[in-house]
Amino acid sequence: MAAGDFNVKYVAHLARLALTPEEEIKLGAQLGNIIGFVEQLKSVDVSNVEPTAHAVPTVNVTRADEIRPSLPHDEAMRNAPAKSGGLFVVPKIVE
Amino acid sequence: MLNRLTISELSARLIKREVSSREVTQACLDQIARVDGQIHAFISHDAADALAQADVADKAIAAGASSSQQPLLGIPVAVKDVLAVKNQPLNCGSKILGDFVSPYDATVIEKLKIAGAIVFGRLNMDEFAMGSSTENSAFGVTRNPWDTTRIPGGSSGGSAAAVAADEAIATLGTDTGGSIRQPAALCGCVGLKPTYGRVSRYGLVAFASSLDQIGPFTKDVRDCATMLNVIGGHDRRDSTSVAHAVPDYTKALDGNIKGLRLGLPKEYMIGGLDPEVKAAVDAAVKQLQSLGASVEEISLPHTEYAAATYYIIAPAEASANLARFDGIRYCARVNGADPIELYSKTRGAGFGPEVKRRIILGTYVLSSGYYDAYYLRAQKVRTLIRQDFLKAFENVDAIITPTTPTAAFKIGEKSDDPLQMYLSDVFTISCNLAGICGVSIPCGFTKSPKLPIGLQLLGKPFGEETMLKIAHAYEQSTVWHREKPAL
Repeated sequence: MAAGDFNVKYVAHLARLALTPEEEIKLGAQLGNIIGFVEQLKSVDVSNVEPTAHAVPTVNVTRADEIRPSLPHDEAMRNAPAKSGGLFVVPKIVE
Repeated sequence: MLNRLTISELSARLIKREVSSREVTQACLDQIARVDGQIHAFISHDAADALAQADVADKAIAAGASSSQQPLLGIPVAVKDVLAVKNQPLNCGSKILGDFVSPYDATVIEKLKIAGAIVFGRLNMDEFAMGSSTENSAFGVTRNPWDTTRIPGGSSGGSAAAVAADEAIATLGTDTGGSIRQPAALCGCVGLKPTYGRVSRYGLVAFASSLDQIGPFTKDVRDCATMLNVIGGHDRRDSTSVAHAVPDYTKALDGNIKGLRLGLPKEYMIGGLDPEVKAAVDAAVKQLQSLGASVEEISLPHTEYAAATYYIIAPAEASANLARFDGIRYCARVNGADPIELYSKTRGAGFGPEVKRRIILGTYVLSSGYYDAYYLRAQKVRTLIRQDFLKAFENVDAIITPTTPTAAFKIGEKSDDPLQMYLSDVFTISCNLAGICGVSIPCGFTKSPKLPIGLQLLGKPFGEETMLKIAHAYEQSTVWHREKPAL
């Protein structure tokens, strides 16, 4: 893949990541190289191979549905950048 | 020089009350004051809090507490800045978290505290554990105690450097593609990545959830086993932790490795392997044979694809995990006209270059139209890599490799070329993809400059006992682990 084919602006939007024009250019070139490197996986025969999401085969892990203590409200909110009345403050979403 | 001793040496003296935990803790704090200006292993540490914990440990010892019940009683243990310690800062080597303070303890921290450890300090790391040199920290570079013009490895560079420089008796780090074993090798200490699921990840800020494990850095293999005894085990708060019994790992350290079978993967003796590293590993293989182990060549045929597989899977998982750093519930928020602008600006201002690179890469390989070609294919190659190991372990008890292709490189040497940096992890990555355990132990030094070389042992899933037995037998027959950097 050529570096120019990598649409950094579009992917950055998907990732909700603001980039400067300089970062877009630099990342585009670097990621073009990295994508070129990982292209080598296309030469591996993976027909009839199941994907591994997780190396230890654990299936449907559940635990008893019991009420247990949780963080006090104030503690859970303590790192909020903006809060009011025990709620997180965010920009207006709906007019 | 109490800070130079091991956990087992100190425990014996603490219990006999020949020394106090306050003296041991003060010795570590004095060493930090003396050398951390050069090394910068710590982002921060709270000396008063550490001494207060030491006083509590000394009272417990005076009241008859024993190290059989509390194996880390009075021992100062420092922690990578990616693990939550209640009421301490948590930054993950990033500026995005601002003045975040952890509201709770990670499970491993709870376990350290119950075991009597003095839990202190925030150890430097590559931002969000993404890197191999600790140059990607928003808090500055950590330097290798053996040569301060060189990197300590990464991402747990602060954890390795602090043990090598005797600033802590032991430390915790995390390993997603080698981030414990690689810095342990480059700083000359023992670093263990447990089997996936051996140690709870609750309270660890996730990088790549299917690969991350927490593990110890120590001065010898016995201390490593002691630390694993404490931090291992199932945790109902981490559904990926496994309900596999935790044996007493120190009991396996009997020095008897007669008849054990070691595999030497032919794919690891590649071009790019430094001749001095190769010579040290070859000598270690001979040493293990002289101790009674048999060594045979094995094949892990998909080794060449491990780095490419890793650099799809790890960024993909990271791009999802790091979505939570959006400036709503925490983070240093940058305001925007609407939530999307707020997220983008907060993340654009808060994340450093390597984290941005991996989020973009991970988002791309998961995006519509590319998922099957990259992510799904990588997951299938991961299956083949795992099968290579499981097949090899039908014939051998452990696998032996260099930990890194070279000794520590210079600060700045690879920081402009991310792909070259990624390839420095080539021997450690497969272990995480396969979910097996691995440990790096010192096996020699380069001549000039004198830099540590690491030997990697890879063990079966939940095969830490045998792996540590071999590591211990080798270590006790050599002198490498006793060497200290001149600081």
